[in-house]
Amino acid sequence: MKILVCISHVPDTTSKINFTDGDTKFDTNGVQFVINPNDEFGLTRAMWFKEKQGATVHVINVGGPETEPTLRKALAIGADEAIRVNTPATDGFSVAKQLANVAKEGAYDLIIGGRESIDYNGGMVPGMLAKLIGANFVNTCISLEVNGNEATAIREIDGGKETLKTSLPLVVGGQKGLVEESDLRIPNMRGIMQARSKPLTVKEPADATSETVAVSFEKPAPKGAVKLVDNVDDLINLLHNEAKVI
Amino acid sequence: MSVLVYTESEEGKFKKIALEAVSYAKGIADAMGTSVTAVAINGGNASELATYGAAKILEVSNDSLTNFNAEAYADVVAQAAKKEDAKVVILTASANSKFMAPLVAVNLEAGYVPNVTGLPVSTSPFKVKHSVFTNKAFSFTEITTDIKLVGLAKNAYGLKEASAAGASENFAPNLDAHDFDMKIVSVDKATDKVTIADAEIVVSGGRGLKGPENWGMIEELAGILGAATACSKPVSDMGWRPHSEHVGQTGKPVAATLYIAIGISGAIQHLAGINSSKVKVVINNDPEAPFFKAADYGIVGDAFEVIPQLNEKLKEFKAQNA
Ligand SMILES: Cc1cc2nc3c(=O)[nH]c(=O)nc-3n(C[C@H](O)[C@H](O)[C@H](O)COP(=O)(O)OP(=O)(O)OC[C@H]3O[C@@H](n4cnc5c(N)ncnc54)[C@H](O)[C@@H]3O)c2cc1C
Repeated sequence: MKILVCISHVPDTTSKINFTDGDTKFDTNGVQFVINPNDEFGLTRAMWFKEKQGATVHVINVGGPETEPTLRKALAIGADEAIRVNTPATDGFSVAKQLANVAKEGAYDLIIGGRESIDYNGGMVPGMLAKLIGANFVNTCISLEVNGNEATAIREIDGGKETLKTSLPLVVGGQKGLVEESDLRIPNMRGIMQARSKPLTVKEPADATSETVAVSFEKPAPKGAVKLVDNVDDLINLLHNEAKVI
Repeated sequence: MSVLVYTESEEGKFKKIALEAVSYAKGIADAMGTSVTAVAINGGNASELATYGAAKILEVSNDSLTNFNAEAYADVVAQAAKKEDAKVVILTASANSKFMAPLVAVNLEAGYVPNVTGLPVSTSPFKVKHSVFTNKAFSFTEITTDIKLVGLAKNAYGLKEASAAGASENFAPNLDAHDFDMKIVSVDKATDKVTIADAEIVVSGGRGLKGPENWGMIEELAGILGAATACSKPVSDMGWRPHSEHVGQTGKPVAATLYIAIGISGAIQHLAGINSSKVKVVINNDPEAPFFKAADYGIVGDAFEVIPQLNEKLKEFKAQNA
């Protein structure tokens, strides 16, 4: 089985979010970038397929050279090869197009992305990719088994879960549940050393136009101070008469 | 030309988010000088959509679409959009909407923006405001394609009544074999519990509650308020509560009208996911807990004393205001 894991390079969850150039660009100053958490669950599940079912695992990112440390980290966790498509990730559709181009060439059986990336929260790349290459697609995937050409996936639905049977090629939008938090791997020294000599191929982009343009950004208005009360009667009264939510 | 809105239903009734989406579509249609067409798959009573502004309702009744199926549902919406020459297509923030949206987008060659928080800032160029960085910021984004696909954030617009003709029409989409490549083996859904996605009120517990055996009072509070229960990430990681209750940046987003956090410190990743809730209440025994900076109302106190009292008083309050 050939697996491609899509890796989004995102600010660490503790990052302060600021903008520059008249609020038109994300300020990367002092920001630490990591593998998108949803993608990390997928990558870790891919490692399971590699170790238990002999799968080959490639990782891919669409982005500039600055994303390479994130791809190296994925190699250190255990991926066999990395691909970087050398173009900035401008919108979900153009990224999906670039991925589709590589996915078709590589004839992957399974492509794992994340439910959403925690920067722009688009939640569209895996689904668009699936549609572009004519593969099956399962979103918010919390469990995945593959047996020959058949896949059994569980997806989270509002208020529960649904078990699905489908066939490869398959694209999933993954999240926690694909593996548990405690299964995530911190690269060890050996992994880091090996990652240095694993292939990281830079591909030039295919033609792809963006369909959306982020023009500017804004931060939420600062919040007023909390109203502290010292008994539950006052709280109920405020929620009923002032906030009008009960 | 029209604005097309997909209206989700459950057990033959339109969901509240569907009605909100129709209201929102009406707002856009008014700004663009056109009307709203709703598409419903084995939906509820079509006249209900008219009260929120649907001029026309395309009703699909098809037994093979009884269960949600992203591929097929996306085809239905895309075909309806083409038939109606829709320039704007509205979906919601439900799990099913978010599942099908990218498929609809590719099918219609439509630029897609999710988590949109209000009416477009302008309709020409078509520019919307949406939340990014998990509610830590907003982006103003232009959709440059001929057809625009908009995912409305939950509780972002509200219900607005606006009467419209509501002419109902049968719509029979063309479905092919690929639409049914995915087989549902089983659905596991608690029908007696309010879901985090649909809830107006969410009661959430953190590590301050010490152990799973102490959730009785949280469940009771949720029961009194008709609320959904949720939890912080470590609580689900330790297996005190199911993963499906984990809210925050890496869990489920919450956009409730009232969010009550009990024994939760208010870490940045937690706050990011719940910040678009309208009113936030915190109950924590540490006055320095960061949640107090993010909340509207708070009690500094021991949850094990405050919650039982709150439950008793709320029961009295509910009895009086019933
Ligand atoms: C990559 C990443 C992603 C993350 N994503 C999420 C996420 O999506 N959601 C999330 O929730 N977290 C997330 N976290 C974890 C987050 O950083 C915090 O660790 C977590 O939110 C803390 O959970 P808590 O508030 O329940 O526990 P704690 O931080 O331990 O807080 C417990 C609180 O309970 C209070 N308390 C103790 N006893 C009582 C009492 N008797 N009565 C009242 N109050 C009491 C304490 O004062 C304290 O404030 C993430 C972390 C990382 C690194």
